[in-house]
Amino acid sequence: MTLTDLANPTKFLALTARILPGLAGVTVILLAIGLYQSAMAPDDYQQGATVKIMFIHVPNAWLSMFVWGVMSVAALGTLVWRHPLADVAAKAAAPIGAAFTFLALVTGSLWGRPMWGTYWEWDARLTSVLILFLMYLGLMALWRAVEDPSRAARAAAVLTLVGAINIPIIKFSVDWWNTLHQPASVFRAGGPTLDKAFLWPLLVMAIAFSLLFITLHLAAMRNEILRRRVRSLQMMQASRVSFTSETGGGSQATASNEIGAA
Amino acid sequence: MRLSGRNLKCVRGGREVFSGLDLSATSGEALAITGPNGAGKTSLLRVLAGLLVPAEGVVALEGGDAELSLPEQAHYLGHRDALKPALSVAENLSFWREFLGGETKDAGRCLAAVALDHAAHLPAAYLSAGQRRRLSIARLLSVRRPVWLLDEPTSALDAAGQALFVDLMRDHLAGGGLIVAATHLPLGIDARDLRMGGAA
Amino acid sequence: MSALGALIRRDIRIALRVGGGALIGVLFFLTVTVLMPFAVGPDLALLSRLGPAILWLGALLASLLTLDRLFTADHDDGSLDLIVMSRTPLELACAAKALAHWIAAGLPLIIATPVLGLLLNLDGTATLAVAATLLAGTPALTFTGMIGAALAVTLHRGGLLLAVLVLPLSIPVLIFGVAASQAAISGPLPFGTPFSILCALSLASLVIGPFAAAASLRHGLD
Repeated sequence: MTLTDLANPTKFLALTARILPGLAGVTVILLAIGLYQSAMAPDDYQQGATVKIMFIHVPNAWLSMFVWGVMSVAALGTLVWRHPLADVAAKAAAPIGAAFTFLALVTGSLWGRPMWGTYWEWDARLTSVLILFLMYLGLMALWRAVEDPSRAARAAAVLTLVGAINIPIIKFSVDWWNTLHQPASVFRAGGPTLDKAFLWPLLVMAIAFSLLFITLHLAAMRNEILRRRVRSLQMMQASRVSFTSETGGGSQATASNEIGAA
Repeated sequence: MRLSGRNLKCVRGGREVFSGLDLSATSGEALAITGPNGAGKTSLLRVLAGLLVPAEGVVALEGGDAELSLPEQAHYLGHRDALKPALSVAENLSFWREFLGGETKDAGRCLAAVALDHAAHLPAAYLSAGQRRRLSIARLLSVRRPVWLLDEPTSALDAAGQALFVDLMRDHLAGGGLIVAATHLPLGIDARDLRMGGAA
Repeated sequence: MSALGALIRRDIRIALRVGGGALIGVLFFLTVTVLMPFAVGPDLALLSRLGPAILWLGALLASLLTLDRLFTADHDDGSLDLIVMSRTPLELACAAKALAHWIAAGLPLIIATPVLGLLLNLDGTATLAVAATLLAGTPALTFTGMIGAALAVTLHRGGLLLAVLVLPLSIPVLIFGVAASQAAISGPLPFGTPFSILCALSLASLVIGPFAAAASLRHGLD
């Protein structure tokens, strides 16, 4: 069992080392194209140039939810299949998801400034994103609070799945709360009816940001795997008793094997 | 230097743990407190350390630094290790060195003396129970205090660790220190025995 | 003095490392503040009127909750015994611990205030006023809360008992903190009057807190 456990992360490291540079390159190119197209897109007759914030806001908002989906799948992997990479994936995704959510909030409030006259309006959509952001931060705090990653993993997995079930309920409640207090959201103006001139750059940006997430996520997973290896090497080093040669030699041999495998 | 306690009585939670207890120890001497569980060995050490106030009696240290009280001239090695898992081994030791103050010795040499120098930069969370105990012992070495109050000092230590600690205690006694230790196991050094348990 | 410096550095380090609770306090502050509009409604005019009060309540609860571990952690691992025995006066050691706690858990709350002010539709002056009052007032919260933390550790009870003990003590700070913020925003009182009283409360607690905490630690250890 230990063999397959070790083999998977090792294979993963080898595989990602090969594909990451290419993936990063494609991401950069797509981002450049997307940004250029966004800059070239015509101004909206109502919103003027501010509509272009949408090209960054929408992909971030979409990813903020998508990343939670990824973490939920990983959480299932941790709880049901006990896949060794699952909790690595979940842990690595949380800060990235939080960053996308934060960008969605910032761009949303920058967009809101000329629309509403304030940086923040308790608009239903933005408020839902803010709550999602808080949940990401809570999850990261949970990961940080427990030193042993495998113990933290199960707690985080449960919280992620509970969050996945709760997010639609929260979204519904916030919508209801919001309509109770004020008429239809301003955000809907830019909603479903999109001109082709806007649709293309948005699509390219969405793909570029998704690739950006995949690139960052794979890199973060690599870091996390390596971080865990360092941790287990350190624990081995700590248990090495320096003045008794037999035990010291034994654990040193295991340690060098481990490095060889990495 | 002479540590003495006269007619000590300790009451905890309404129960009398011991009473009418006299003890004394002089420089270069070790006092081993033995007795069954619940006889009040730990309570006696905590009374000596100033952490418990005796219901009756007085504790005094003659011939020490007149400016300092007994607890300020004593090391207390309790059941708990006073280590922070989030800090590294070296950080833990150097904190106590700086905080306890007085005459200090090089931290690296003290870690080497308890065979923990290979782990100096590692988080204390990674240490085993025996290694945690060794790190606490390094605290006794790095800051000079004439009186050592030890509560089951050799528990959790392996044979090599116990031998090492016996040497360190010998050095301390030879340097004019005095030791009061509560213990089940033989200390491994010449010690006067103080049997507790009959009193309560 | 190097002993106190070492204690402050150690406590800040632990608070910022894995398992330390410094940033959870900020997260709690953020969450409590975000909850308020759901209770009172998203009316921006109303929120900006209630803003200083909401921020002060949030900061009060956040600094109280993080105080729980101030002495408990040191008590559980035996460090507190050594601190009590040491040559450093216990009052100064308590003050150093509280100062470290304020730097690690109190200052981040003040840094987070402008962001939260944005959410509550506070303008620049109002945000600045709230941040200034928090800067002057949170030391009082930490140093009076420390008394409760010391009592809780000697009684082996934490959490809610601490809150019940400390919350009444923090009422004056709350009154003058919110009053000073409101004075800066809308008047009619001059800002200086309640703000000076707030500073005085902080200074008084700097003196009373360490002595009371040290006294209860000294008599309560077993």
